[in-house]
Amino acid sequence: MPGQTNSLLNSYIPVLCMGLMALFLVVVFVGLSRILGPQRPTPQKLAPYECGVTPIGSARERFPIKFYLIAMLFIVFDIETVFLYPWAATFRHSGGMMLFNLFEMAVFVGILLVGYVYVWRRGAFEWDN
Amino acid sequence: MNDLWQQLFILPTDQIPWWAEVFRSVIRLVIALAGGLGSVPILVWLERRLLGWFQGRLGPNRVGPFGLLQPLADALKLMMKEDIIPTNVDRTIYVMAPAIALFPVILSLTVLPWNGSREWGAVAPNIDIGILFLLAVGSIEVYGAILAGWSSNNKYSLLGGLRASSQVISYELGMGLSIVSVLLIAGTLGTQSLVMGYDLSQTGVLAPGTLLGNGQAIVSVASVGDTGYTVYEHAASSGFWDWHFLRLFPFGLIATGIYMISMIAETNRAPFDLPEAETELVAGFHTEYSSFKFAMFFMGEYANMLIVSAICVTLFFGGWLAPFGFLSQLPAVTGLYVAPGVVNFVNSFVIAPFWLFTKLYVLIGLFIAVRASFPRLRYDMLMKFGWKGMLPVALGNLVLIATSLAVQQVTFPSLGYYGAWWAGQGVAWGITLVVVGILFYGKYVQYQAKKRVARTTDLIAPIRRPTVIVPTPSAPAPEA
Repeated sequence: MPGQTNSLLNSYIPVLCMGLMALFLVVVFVGLSRILGPQRPTPQKLAPYECGVTPIGSARERFPIKFYLIAMLFIVFDIETVFLYPWAATFRHSGGMMLFNLFEMAVFVGILLVGYVYVWRRGAFEWDN
Repeated sequence: MNDLWQQLFILPTDQIPWWAEVFRSVIRLVIALAGGLGSVPILVWLERRLLGWFQGRLGPNRVGPFGLLQPLADALKLMMKEDIIPTNVDRTIYVMAPAIALFPVILSLTVLPWNGSREWGAVAPNIDIGILFLLAVGSIEVYGAILAGWSSNNKYSLLGGLRASSQVISYELGMGLSIVSVLLIAGTLGTQSLVMGYDLSQTGVLAPGTLLGNGQAIVSVASVGDTGYTVYEHAASSGFWDWHFLRLFPFGLIATGIYMISMIAETNRAPFDLPEAETELVAGFHTEYSSFKFAMFFMGEYANMLIVSAICVTLFFGGWLAPFGFLSQLPAVTGLYVAPGVVNFVNSFVIAPFWLFTKLYVLIGLFIAVRASFPRLRYDMLMKFGWKGMLPVALGNLVLIATSLAVQQVTFPSLGYYGAWWAGQGVAWGITLVVVGILFYGKYVQYQAKKRVARTTDLIAPIRRPTVIVPTPSAPAPEA
């Protein structure tokens, strides 16, 4: 077959095309209102909107550490999920190794479960105290 | 000339030069954009009309018949409005944020299949890792909200952005785990293979009579060379009972439920619309955006609704397959009167997309009905539900599916197909009952203890909740 080596490349060409198209659309949309709309700025118009009250101080303030905590926990559990993907995709095809694979996954999830219970007991999921 | 025609339209993907594939990609891409972004005005109209109907109002009914042109009028108005960039914003990020919010949504359209063809079935029908692609691209979306909220220099925006980020990442866990459950059942990462029920990357072209992983059989395979399509006709006896949401009952159904709740939370819609809770945060992370930049967030949200619904349909509800196998294609007798190319065209571009869009709009209707029915959650309830509810249930569901499959695999030689199914499911059901029983018993004991404490001490002094993160030595936590 003459073009057999094209297979992988050709599968991903559409992704590239779609990426370029999406980029183009997004840039056009951002530029659109700049070109079409009027430009008549006044100081009041450009002030941050706080329901008509003159803003006090900057908005770049410190925020609760809970959000940070959630982000860290997310990374832990999301990486767990990512590790599970290849395992899940091949699980059905593992034939005689299936019970072993199940056991391996149980160990992996079990270790994470210990962490999960610990985080729960420490109260990382409590938002009301 | 004939050679060019063959390369542009007929030959399979791995036998054509790269420029022919670019040409095909552009055609498929235009179809996808027309279906995806073109649906946004219809969605907006549908939502406003349905909400009006639910609330005993009329909804938009002035611009065009039944108000159908209202979204277009709105878009035009937004385009013509002044593009305000407030003082003290972080200009680069401020301008980039709506682009970052919309870009991944458009890119997600790439791997969603609308028919079974390996040449014309999706924008990128030959990718074997469609689900990974969707997840990777979908994770970028949250950056739009965070960056918009942070760069706006507005307190409401910042709060909205923070809320959006925590909420989206919290529910992404449940979503990811429910998707893993489906992968376990289907054994493939490709979106096209998920719908069809077998792994394209492993089997290549299937012969007629092959039994697919989801219980369907292929009746006939239209040859690639003379029609340009590889069309697998599914057995007329298959149907919605073969779709993933009913596999390994009830575990497929639980995964579906978890995915559907997460998808509402992921798109920041009611009752999970805290990032843009208008009674508290004006408009959340896009408070400071005006003109078409606002429209981009708006468009992103609605297109995202469509995308997550499409993923849901692809994963759980059989994608473009009809609820009854014989409705998936024209009756075979049609082939006697019409050229096979025409039959295949109608099957792939009329009937399959029709079923896909029917399912999509049912899900969208569900989105709107949910919005009209439920009050907004409180933020602590939202996080609690995500981390203490969805995550453990999704994880347990995953383990049970794996257990059931493994038991089925082990018992298959001695018990046969149905016997193995009952054995695997029996074990999984048993484990479920035991675990649920233990949990309920624990809750019951806790409840009884609480009641006792309430009777004796609650009338005198309110129970102090144990502060868990920072235990202070002066106030020892009372044992409940």
